[in-house]
Amino acid sequence: MSLLLTHTRYQFMETVRVPIALIGNGFFPAASMLFFVVPFAGDHPVGATLATASMMTFAVMSSALFTHGIGVAEDRVQPWDPYTRTLPAGPWPRLGARILNSLLFTLVGVLPVLVISALFTEATVTPVQLVLGVGALLLGSVPFQLLGLFIGYALPSKAAIAVVQLLFFPMAVGGGLLTNPMDAPAFIDAVAPFLPSRGAVELVWAAVGYGSPRPLATAMFAVWVAVAGALAVWAYRRDEGRRFS
Amino acid sequence: MAEPTTAPGAGPGAAPSSPPDPGAEPEQSLVRAVEVTRRYGDVTALDRVSLGVRPGELVGLLGPNGAGKSTLINLFCGLRRPTSGRVELLGGSPADPVRRRGIGVTPQETGLPATLRVGEIVDFVAAHYPRSVARGALLERFGLSGLERRQVGGLSGGQKRRLAVALAFVGDPRLVFLDEPTTGLDVEARRALWDAIRDFHSGGGTVVLTSHYLEEVEALAERVVVIGQGRVLADGTTEQVRDIAGVRRVTLTAGDLPALPGVLRVEREGDRTHLLTSDADALVRELVRADVPFSGLEVRPTSLEEAFLTITAGSEAA
Repeated sequence: MSLLLTHTRYQFMETVRVPIALIGNGFFPAASMLFFVVPFAGDHPVGATLATASMMTFAVMSSALFTHGIGVAEDRVQPWDPYTRTLPAGPWPRLGARILNSLLFTLVGVLPVLVISALFTEATVTPVQLVLGVGALLLGSVPFQLLGLFIGYALPSKAAIAVVQLLFFPMAVGGGLLTNPMDAPAFIDAVAPFLPSRGAVELVWAAVGYGSPRPLATAMFAVWVAVAGALAVWAYRRDEGRRFS
Repeated sequence: MAEPTTAPGAGPGAAPSSPPDPGAEPEQSLVRAVEVTRRYGDVTALDRVSLGVRPGELVGLLGPNGAGKSTLINLFCGLRRPTSGRVELLGGSPADPVRRRGIGVTPQETGLPATLRVGEIVDFVAAHYPRSVARGALLERFGLSGLERRQVGGLSGGQKRRLAVALAFVGDPRLVFLDEPTTGLDVEARRALWDAIRDFHSGGGTVVLTSHYLEEVEALAERVVVIGQGRVLADGTTEQVRDIAGVRRVTLTAGDLPALPGVLRVEREGDRTHLLTSDADALVRELVRADVPFSGLEVRPTSLEEAFLTITAGSEAA
């Protein structure tokens, strides 16, 4: 446990000492919120609330996939990463610290979305719903964290960037994060339940008071968590750093 | 390639030969490779290597780049797994974190996180071990006093290298693995680092270090293991290896030669004859005394690798 905290603290320090990384993390979701949600759904209380929830899920997805997918792949080519694997600690402090840090920076990243939503739209939540919503976001990020770790440990960084981008956008669109949930195109209704993004966003929608997660989407969400978790652990165990060193 | 040279002034005389090692069975290896083969795709980095290191030894792994030294170290400290064969560390598997509490490793090159401070990095490593050495004393021993608050990115290359080596000693280990510990250091810094390694060894610590400099291995190690093309080519005392490394190649054009003393190996290449010998002076004197006609006499040092490969080639079908 104390090693988990140690690794978390050091990874945190490494990140915050390059502050531009934090700004980048929060920019994209905030900009999407300003350009897509405020003008189109800002006046409708339910629509704005759901769209805010979708956008926050979008932010969580992107942060989890990109931070891990690219961050891990880049770390692995540094001699420091294999060195830390010679220290007497199993995989969990390091993997756990990566997840905790990602969650922390994810929350920092969704804060601007929340502020924009509160100031410029009719979206409303009670304090309890807000807390539940944040909890649902954290839970919803799990499969993306694990997928990101899998990609980062399985691929070199250039391939990881491409794969993350290929994975991220179809999942966001297909899961219905960028369309009106109450009037979605038919193909999205058909594919969405099979994507982890749908299970995640339905959790968040339910937390802020709209609908309840459908069994199919929730079951598929659990399947994604199990598969992505198994893949992440497999890739971590298989990783030996650079081939020759 | 390292030129075989004689030892500089500093010898390994300060180190006692068999320091007591409480808690260990006296003759058991701290780390051991048994018939270990490691391949990367089509490339065989290690080929059926067997090697054990006993408590209190200071072993130098010597060999050219790409010989398999780093791969062997990486197998010993659990970073990689053998393709076949077995590696044992402190009576267990190197993949078991508990076994690794007894070892210290030096990060390769100078890849320390640039934004962290010197003191923070030492504390980070120390947090992994049940007990650790005092930070101030450690930094002093490696010439890094007063730099605790400095970010690693702002250190000189030599300071980074010394910090990297110091990290191997943070957890008060029984056994340290130092991969090319003095690469990129100036002479003075190299000597200081050698002293620190000798101090650790004379306090009962076991050291496995790699180098492609014979001089470095001679200055530190009592036992030298020469690795080339993925195999152990020689394993002996520093003196034995120095003798082998002192092999000279005497090349001449001549007809049939009489039996000459001290010739280790004869190679013919067109009309040129190569004689490998550990005493070129005596060989040339003998040639002249035997009164055989010859021309184009050349005497050249052999590289370490060449010397070992030549000597070992006869016994194995290559």
